[in-house]
Amino acid sequence: MTQATAAPPQTAAATDITIEVVYRGIFQKTLAQRITRGVVLAARQKGLPGTAFSRYGDSPERNGVPAKQFAVVAVNDIELEASMARYEPAVVDVSVAVDDTLVKGVESWAWYGRQPIWKPVRPNGVVLVTSDKSPDEIVAQTDKTDRPYTLGVVPGGASFAGLWVYKDDHTDWRVLGALSKVLPEWLPLEEVKAQVRRQTKDENAVASVQSGHDATKLRQVKVGEGTDAHEKLGFTKPGWTTMRTGVIVDARKPGERNPQYKRYATRTQRPVVNFDTCIKCTMCWLDCPDECFEVTPSGHFEVVYEACVGCGICAQVCPVKDCIVMVDELKFDSNKLVFPVWEKDRNTYNAWFERTSGRSAAPPTGEKAAVAAGGDE
Amino acid sequence: MAVAVKTTETSDVQTEQLMTGCEAIAEAIRLADVDVMAAFPIRPYDTVMQAAAKLIANGKLDCEYIVADGEHSQFEIVKHACAVGSRVFVGSSGVGWFYAFEAIAVTAGLRLPVVAICGNRALDDPGAFGTEHNDSLAVRDLGWLLPWAETAQECLDLALMAWRVGEDKRVSLPVAIGLDGGFLTHSQQLVSVPTKAAADAYLPRFDLGDRLLHPDNPITIAPQVDQDWLMEIRRQNDAAMRRALEVIAEAHADLKKLFGRGGDSPFLDEYMTDDADVVFFGQGTLALPMKVAIRRLRKQGHKVGLVRLKWFRPFPTDEVVRSLSRFKAVGIVDRDYSFGSPYYGGVLYNEVRSALYSRDERPTIVGFVAGLGGREIDQTMAQDIYDKTAAAAAGGLAAGDQCHWIGVRE
Repeated sequence: MTQATAAPPQTAAATDITIEVVYRGIFQKTLAQRITRGVVLAARQKGLPGTAFSRYGDSPERNGVPAKQFAVVAVNDIELEASMARYEPAVVDVSVAVDDTLVKGVESWAWYGRQPIWKPVRPNGVVLVTSDKSPDEIVAQTDKTDRPYTLGVVPGGASFAGLWVYKDDHTDWRVLGALSKVLPEWLPLEEVKAQVRRQTKDENAVASVQSGHDATKLRQVKVGEGTDAHEKLGFTKPGWTTMRTGVIVDARKPGERNPQYKRYATRTQRPVVNFDTCIKCTMCWLDCPDECFEVTPSGHFEVVYEACVGCGICAQVCPVKDCIVMVDELKFDSNKLVFPVWEKDRNTYNAWFERTSGRSAAPPTGEKAAVAAGGDE
Repeated sequence: MAVAVKTTETSDVQTEQLMTGCEAIAEAIRLADVDVMAAFPIRPYDTVMQAAAKLIANGKLDCEYIVADGEHSQFEIVKHACAVGSRVFVGSSGVGWFYAFEAIAVTAGLRLPVVAICGNRALDDPGAFGTEHNDSLAVRDLGWLLPWAETAQECLDLALMAWRVGEDKRVSLPVAIGLDGGFLTHSQQLVSVPTKAAADAYLPRFDLGDRLLHPDNPITIAPQVDQDWLMEIRRQNDAAMRRALEVIAEAHADLKKLFGRGGDSPFLDEYMTDDADVVFFGQGTLALPMKVAIRRLRKQGHKVGLVRLKWFRPFPTDEVVRSLSRFKAVGIVDRDYSFGSPYYGGVLYNEVRSALYSRDERPTIVGFVAGLGGREIDQTMAQDIYDKTAAAAAGGLAAGDQCHWIGVRE
């Protein structure tokens, strides 16, 4: 890991700065809004004008589907105008991912395709990720880049703090602190702290800004670094002479999966199945809202990961303890089917199951075992 | 119910009967073999409900007749029925039409060829049953084809044309025929009714092709599109509306060939215009009192005529320009209002002025708002309209003199 020594390059004559926050729809909407508002209000401390907005097309936001909000700060009102009446800036200086699984790709709508997290980031821009993982681990799951950028990892997990019932965890203030580290000319640390102090009257919040600033680990990412294991998904929008009449798009035939819009970018965890303890009860297959289970010739139910959004319902309805376990998405680097591995060599598969899920592959004992054996509860 | 009074001539394609405009529409429903119609009563449209129900009761029409819980459902029902391949009919009037507005908007957006009548009626409050064109005109920008009928005969003919033009794959747009409330919806006139065989020869079966919503043809209709698609979709509707002009012309030519009706132009009905200096311009039953006035004025030596617009959407710009640029002055009579519009004129007034703006040969145009709420246009009013138009032809238009309200008590 290379710790960056200098501040990331800034365009000398930059007249504005654009920051995007990529987040999990609905769950992190308020968090994203606090960050983008925080940027604009902190820059206002310096007398700079700014605007904060969300990508209008994301609304109404769908649970977990990647969404974006933006903050733009400019040297004056005239320069700001170029960033106003927009839905989405084409180029950003900093992209902030407030959930580290987003680095595996952003697929918000079918026709956006699956976009690398760095796609809108300018050369020598910054990608900030809140994560408990190291910068190297994050780079390993990020698409191979065609431009150099600086990766910053802000310590911390994916925060739900914006949701009503969740306690504030200062992710917002720590991200603002991290932004002051990578954009010192636009968001000087002291001014960010002054703004947060004024806004919250809470020295703990101010301390979190400092902590985000100090604890963020930077790493230069060179052209060609990253993974090319992720699937390429693109879409060409038709013109008015080539699109179908009557606002019609081809639907899928029964049993056919959508080849263009796969939606797995929504996933933060994926179900991993212990086929040895599966009792073939069909519950996962029945209750999966996305019909992502396929029945194998042996009567097992395997997850088609390309179709799975990681909702976790299968794990909830499965009556067998630890038969379906939800596992951090960053532990996987492909959507390959795993049932063939189990069919070929159960020991290898079960070792992999235990390693990834952290659970025992051995059959359960006690009450659940009775269910597994078909006995009365 | 229609009563056969006599047969004026032996014809193997049509017989003459006495019926209201709405009953003529019901006859067209029978001839078109409509699959689904949705109904909800509001005057003056509702006469067509009764007439069609009677046809079904008497075994003359086999049609799914659904009485909805309101106009919004009424229009949604036929929209969906149309999407699964049914030939449909629907209609309403005045504020009932407005209650269906959301469904009306999406029907055009989805390119579903619903055929409707709008029994034109004043928008209450205050309560008023008489004709004003503002109900139909409210949908003028949405992609509905909007013809207006003058007679019960034209109601029947336009209805047959409506299915033929709307369902044509080059168009695929809904059609709303304007019928003046009372004067047309409730007044009986002599109508030549085609035989079923003749109507079949004129009107092909409805075929949605690969747009049919059916389990064997999996399609998604109207997904969320946002700014990424909507402009292309609107542009498709624009192209369809442009193509509608030639499809209407074809349908008009065939109707004329088969039944010997419809006049020279599909879009305009001209009366005594050959040597005219001044013409009246309007649509619907307005033409009737204006033609009476023209004959009276001509006896006094005035060279005056009438141009009646048959299709408001698509607006036949070239035909209108070609026709009106021959005259010195045009008095445009609007049976509608558009409060706060340019020169405080009616909708037709401003559309026609807009069509003529870029032409070198432009007549003087005077606007008249007349006959609102179904007020009869009498000969005094027609004279007033003529006098003001002729004065403008002779001496030009003074500022503030562009538009007038006619027959209104001071």
